[in-house]
Amino acid sequence: MTEKTKYNIAIISILLILFVVYNGFVYTSKENANPVILTEQALHGQRLWQENNCWSCHQTYGLGGYLGPDLTNVYSAKNKGPQYIKAFLNSGVKTMPKFNFSESEKEALVSYLKFVDSTGYYPNYHAIFKPSGWIELEYKNEK
Amino acid sequence: MKNKTSTLFLITALLALLMGVAFGLLAALQYLIPEFLKDLLPFHKMRPFHVTTVITWIVLCATGSIYFYLSQVEKFKLFSDKLMKTHFIVFLITGIGIYLSYFFGKMEGREYLAFTPILTIPILFGWLLFGINYFKTMLKQVKNWPVYYWMWGTGIVFMMIHLTEAHLWLMPYFREHVIKDLTVQWKSYGSFVGSWNMLVYGISIYVMAKIKGDHAIGRGKLAFFFYFLGLTNLMFGWAHHTYIVPTLPWIRYVAYGVSMTEWIVLGYMIYEWRRSLTKTEKDSYPLAYRFLVTTDFWIFVNLIIALLFSIPAINFFTHGTHITVAHSMGTTIGINTSILFASLLFIVSRISAFTKKEETSIKRSLLGFNISLFLFFMALLVAGARRSHWMYAGNDTSFSNMQESLFWVYMAFFVFGITLTTSMVFIGLPILRKLINGLRL
Repeated sequence: MTEKTKYNIAIISILLILFVVYNGFVYTSKENANPVILTEQALHGQRLWQENNCWSCHQTYGLGGYLGPDLTNVYSAKNKGPQYIKAFLNSGVKTMPKFNFSESEKEALVSYLKFVDSTGYYPNYHAIFKPSGWIELEYKNEK
Repeated sequence: MKNKTSTLFLITALLALLMGVAFGLLAALQYLIPEFLKDLLPFHKMRPFHVTTVITWIVLCATGSIYFYLSQVEKFKLFSDKLMKTHFIVFLITGIGIYLSYFFGKMEGREYLAFTPILTIPILFGWLLFGINYFKTMLKQVKNWPVYYWMWGTGIVFMMIHLTEAHLWLMPYFREHVIKDLTVQWKSYGSFVGSWNMLVYGISIYVMAKIKGDHAIGRGKLAFFFYFLGLTNLMFGWAHHTYIVPTLPWIRYVAYGVSMTEWIVLGYMIYEWRRSLTKTEKDSYPLAYRFLVTTDFWIFVNLIIALLFSIPAINFFTHGTHITVAHSMGTTIGINTSILFASLLFIVSRISAFTKKEETSIKRSLLGFNISLFLFFMALLVAGARRSHWMYAGNDTSFSNMQESLFWVYMAFFVFGITLTTSMVFIGLPILRKLINGLRL
């Protein structure tokens, strides 16, 4: 093994150690001050969300497809909420597929979106902009 | 041609590209005509077809190129030809499985990896075979690795790590915690892209070194600095995707510190390489050279955008809009696809030469490709700006009104998508013909 190879392996090893420690922190630390844990019903809703590719068109926290609106706070938004969500689910309006969810499946999806809603705000209208370019997000349930 | 498996990877990759852009066009059409194919192949099914197929293009073309370089250009004796064939067959069968999974609606996965998660096992197995073959071949036959060998080895290993990480949600510990789950999911996607960039950027340095006939390009301090910077980004630079997710601030601070500086170095390397080339060297691989030069332009454009939205205060407004899509199209098409086309043209030039007519057609198509991509990119920026304005300053109108106001922008996006696809077809088909002819030799 050449000196240069040893040198490269040493740098990669240091980066790998940092990577392992970093991953350990990301995986094990509490995600924020008030973590939300999904219930069985909400987990069922999450499964339905995935199986029906809701993320293809919708986002949570701006992550997902852009054909439909972001649903992070649809549960608590003014003039929206559980009934609004349920009404949309099987409506088949415009690009929205005409799903055939049962009442319990609708409840599960609403429950999932309720939990997502309780984790924070998106868009985060009350975020504070710092001169350094940093932004302090408004966290839910912290005030 | 002695070993045909690497060519089969490349042919499959090109077919995936042509199919992937066709799926993309059909999906774009659903923005304009919501009822189009709604019953047969609605958008929520079309998008996974498009995304998976274009990712397949990048991955298979990079893989096939690396196998080709090692076995046909460097003339190394592969550790096992059988492993390479098995790798191809595993990926091919899994690909068919993924399409069937999509067609029958068995999509229990998540964005970008929508297929039923069990299919990740053969994908990981394929990468493992590639890794064994690669390291067993290289460790035995090359002592002092140039940077691209390090990059390819790193890309293979991290592909496996991040594919696994992208499925941590299968464990209740992750999926029960919404924010942690979202954070880890996007961490893995960011690093997944970083991993394939290792393969693709390694290819760009390899092709540059071959065109110049100067192996010092892959051995200099700058090249290794670029590699370690890229590796740092791959490991820690993913979180610009999740600035807006209310996770712990330290995770977001780390992301802010590690931005996309690697592009500055790659852009500089291509610029310096281009400057140092003699006319004879340029003329030895005229098409591959042109595509690599194109890459530099797209690096510059995407670098500006990426650096801007690695600043949280700007990311705040661009996140969740088509500006992010513009960035990903600029990188996957403008940078990755240009480099991979350069690789294919370099490979094809070693099989048989293009006629003057074919060469002129490819050069013209490259011009069409760049102009179309630029306009396509601009249409996405306009759509993103409008959406951002609606989110933060015009939320008194409904989402569907905002979408309707973008009709002509989506129309432009679709039209430029057609011209972009046409250019790619005119570039891809002659290459495909040469590769298929190469199989017969």
